[in-house]
Amino acid sequence: MKIFKKFLFLFLFLISSTTYTLAKNPSVFISEITESASTILKKDISMDEKANELIRIAEQNVDIDGIGLYSLGKHRKSIDTNQLEQYKSIFREYFLKSFSSRLSQYSDPKINVISQNVINDKYTIVSSVLVKTDERPEIKIDWRVYTKDPSNPLIRDLIIEGLSLARTQKEEFNSVIQSANGDVNALLENLQNFNSK
Amino acid sequence: MSIFNNYYTKYRFTFIEDTIKFTYMGRIFKVLIISLFLTSASLAGSDGENELSKNSNGEVKDCFETINRGVFVFNEGLRKVVFEPLAKGYLYLPAPLRAGTGNMLNNLTNVVTIPNNVLQGEFKLAAKNTARFTVNTTIGILGIFDPASKIGLNDYDKEDYGQTLGTWGVGEGCYIVLPVLGPSTARDAFASLASFSGGDAWYNVTVRNDTHYVSDFDYYFSRGARGVDFLAKNLGALDNLEENSIDFYASVKSLYLQERRQQIANADEITETFDDSDWEEIETQ
Repeated sequence: MKIFKKFLFLFLFLISSTTYTLAKNPSVFISEITESASTILKKDISMDEKANELIRIAEQNVDIDGIGLYSLGKHRKSIDTNQLEQYKSIFREYFLKSFSSRLSQYSDPKINVISQNVINDKYTIVSSVLVKTDERPEIKIDWRVYTKDPSNPLIRDLIIEGLSLARTQKEEFNSVIQSANGDVNALLENLQNFNSK
Repeated sequence: MSIFNNYYTKYRFTFIEDTIKFTYMGRIFKVLIISLFLTSASLAGSDGENELSKNSNGEVKDCFETINRGVFVFNEGLRKVVFEPLAKGYLYLPAPLRAGTGNMLNNLTNVVTIPNNVLQGEFKLAAKNTARFTVNTTIGILGIFDPASKIGLNDYDKEDYGQTLGTWGVGEGCYIVLPVLGPSTARDAFASLASFSGGDAWYNVTVRNDTHYVSDFDYYFSRGARGVDFLAKNLGALDNLEENSIDFYASVKSLYLQERRQQIANADEITETFDDSDWEEIETQ
């Protein structure tokens, strides 16, 4: 019986410590990602190679499906299942392409994480700054981190100097759909055109 | 010293001044008159509450989208053909010279910021900005240097009459794109009238009143230089945004409106100015 109790205690201890170690601090999470991105951008490799490595980081750490759904805005409710599946696939390609294109222009971005603000169980905003250089001033970057699964935090938005990229994208997509009298296919077509450029 | 002795320059640019006065200003004036109507209309439908204080997710209507898109295309052409080459040339200037120009132009904006601090009831900020303006204009040699920041008078946020109307609870009205000047709203365009009606001391001493020291040209030159300075600082970012947008017009509109709301709320974080409930609905884990 004593052996059983010891075993149970050890089992519970292991479970609790495993849970503890699996929960990732959002600030550390962002620091690690920016560090990895910076290392890639500093590498003496081609732009395409840089883009591929950045895409790998994004696929692991960004909630692309979540951003895609958010970007659909009110049209999320009217889209049918087939269209949604098609959209998710096209959006993923679009996101990764534009993401790597935007980021690969920076040669040596140094980002310092400053603080974090836990909004609720699901979201933490991590504040950071892109250190100033001769070419540009210091830029504030906030990261909306989705923490529903604390062991697997994911980035959902980048807020640069207070301007949300996800919101901008949502309003852009809405504009495309509205211009086509609410037809989501117009957005799919535009995204496909972008992907094939 | 040339800024104080450009008596001859003033006459050399008479033709340009007249052109600007009768065509460019005429157009702006017409737009502003329309804006006045639009703002009144938007106010008539208001329930009297500050739209921003509701933390609403409300969209700003694009009442003249077709015209706006046309003007946007025109402005983009102007940016690429005229302003971008100027901004690229400007970037060849030595960094200290660019910093000095930026500082001087920034210092000039105090003459609009300070009265707006007062109108918004921010008296401490008005006093701080007045001290900042005085130090930089005198010790900082017309604002070329920024000694004020070194003595604790930093964290300067520009204010304008549009922001003041916003803090008073006036909604944005329709979104409009002004020729040359770019994105605006009915409220902000209407508020610009205050600057042309005595609310901008720099405009008063250059355009409204005939002084021997500074002329109309100095005002329009400073406005143009501010645009070039801004463009030079954001050259790559704008091209990048255009390249990665499927609707560049909508992206610029969104960014402009987000920025204005933030400026009005004097907020640093988006969570303070926008309703984020949309995020709460999305579950992917």
